[in-house]
Amino acid sequence: MLHIENVSKLFNPGTVDEKIALIGIQLHLKPGDFVTVIGSNGAGKSTLMNIISGVIKPDTGLVNIEGQSVGHLAEYQRSRWIGRVFQDPMAGTAPHMSIEENLAMAYRRGKNRGFSFGVTTARRNLFKQELSRLGIGLENRLRAKVGMLSGGERQALSLLMATFTRPQILLLDEHTAALDPARADLITSLTKEIVRDMNLTTLMVTHNMEQAIRLGNRLIMMDKGKIILDIDEERKKDLTIERLMSEFEQISGTKMADDRVVLG
Amino acid sequence: MELFLKIGEGSIQLGLLYALLALGVYITFRILDFPDLTVDGSFTTGSAIAAVMIVHGFSPWLACLGAFAGGLVAGACTGLLHTKGKINGLLSGILMMIALYSINLRILGSPNVSIFGSDMVFDHISPITLMLIIVIAFKLLLDAFLRTDMGLALRATGDNKQMIRSLGANTDTTTIIGVSLSNGLVALSGAFVAQTSTFADATSGIGMIVIGLASVIIGEAIFGAKTVFRATLAVILGSIVYRIVVTAALRIEWFEASDLKLITAVIVIIALVFPAVRSKVKQKGLAKKRSAELLSNIQTAPYSKPTGGEQ
Ligand SMILES: Nc1ncnc2c1ncn2[C@@H]1O[C@H](COP(=O)(O)OP(=O)(O)O)[C@@H](O)[C@H]1O
Ligand SMILES: [Mg+2]
Repeated sequence: MLHIENVSKLFNPGTVDEKIALIGIQLHLKPGDFVTVIGSNGAGKSTLMNIISGVIKPDTGLVNIEGQSVGHLAEYQRSRWIGRVFQDPMAGTAPHMSIEENLAMAYRRGKNRGFSFGVTTARRNLFKQELSRLGIGLENRLRAKVGMLSGGERQALSLLMATFTRPQILLLDEHTAALDPARADLITSLTKEIVRDMNLTTLMVTHNMEQAIRLGNRLIMMDKGKIILDIDEERKKDLTIERLMSEFEQISGTKMADDRVVLG
Repeated sequence: MELFLKIGEGSIQLGLLYALLALGVYITFRILDFPDLTVDGSFTTGSAIAAVMIVHGFSPWLACLGAFAGGLVAGACTGLLHTKGKINGLLSGILMMIALYSINLRILGSPNVSIFGSDMVFDHISPITLMLIIVIAFKLLLDAFLRTDMGLALRATGDNKQMIRSLGANTDTTTIIGVSLSNGLVALSGAFVAQTSTFADATSGIGMIVIGLASVIIGEAIFGAKTVFRATLAVILGSIVYRIVVTAALRIEWFEASDLKLITAVIVIIALVFPAVRSKVKQKGLAKKRSAELLSNIQTAPYSKPTGGEQ
């Protein structure tokens, strides 16, 4: 499904500001894999997401999606395989356009955009049906401007827009981090439901260890641009936060020192 | 009374003639969020192409079509400079505007070309009637276009580029299409203006960007821009209101015709500053009221749990 082969990325190479964002990353996802990704600030998690989606081109290495090399494709060309939700609830939707218009744009993901109307009666019914899955009443507000929605509502809409066309790969980059706990829980459970129902191959970055352990069938931990820990389904079943912490300390020789990593 | 009617009629005609220009400026400034200064050049390009074609015996309608096409090409060049050449948006427009100045002189062959006595689109129909039909037609077409899949992508390019790119639209292409379409409308406006004034002049485009902007801002301020339908209507009415204001101002004795551009600039400044100041004052008042409310709440219920949050 997704193959990442020996990918490296430096920022500001050769200067005093040189940052090793990724170094020699190998990652292979099977169809239907739901992988949670944890790691301290600056570990390279977002850079990895950006390289998969084509926002950033790697210095070395290959990215393969469904057996096809996508290295030469721009972000907008890869979008037919990849749905994304960003950390910032503002990032995934167009605020001055209505809910139905936003959904209409997502509906055309990776297809040609021509001169047929974006919102038709048939599509509106489909949108209503999809929105009602979120269970937060957005199906009755199709014409409301997205800018009027709360952060949680916008993020739920972003999640729907990223998934309802069944992309081959779903990338979630700390997509609950900017929300208050109640709304973060809502988005988390929606994520779990949608990923399960649609059997989406998913890579989810989270700073919440408990969540990373509870969700998905595989867990990877990143540090300083490398994948330092890769825990499969079998071992993940009886994983605890304590065990994860001690593994990290053993491998890296330091304590997990990051306030943003939430334990429970 | 008669004077007012006369001012009104003249203003409506001028307003409609320049309404297409205003719609063009609306596409770049408001929809694409792209401050495009090509307009001063492409307006003249439109009138130059139309005038020269008319002089050479082409049908005036064909001349309008030629002007529209010329504007499309000019706008596409600006879009290409910005997206593919990675040149700052303002600078791309300025570069194109300067380049067009020479190109327009080439098209005209002399600083101005008279088309007096030639066939023109207004020969058998009054400019007000014809322009009203044309402007409404273009408004409705533009509204419809902005609701198509491509139109939605174009609007999203100005609203949230990152998002529409992640949904698979090439924002370089949508930007080029938008800027091109905008300048096509501007040039078409130039073609109609040349036919009412019966000549095309190499300098006629100077200040057009500010006139277009004035129409957009005045229209939105007075008539609102909640939906695309409302916004395009507001822009057209704004173009007419702008003409009324200018005509009224020029009737004040002290002003001279040459003060037109200064008056325009002042109108735009007022229209830009006023809403910002108004919302700031409003916000301040609201904040004061809210603070007072919260304070009195604390005094009456000292141990109440904090409420609120999102929603
Ligand atoms: N655009 C950029 N320019 C320079 N350095 C960057 C840029 N993006 C990321 N980095 C650096 O690359 C490293 C990895 O960043 P990132 O992938 O955002 O980490 P994470 O998402 O795991 O917190 C960090 O050291 C960061 O400072
Ligand atoms: Mg990050």
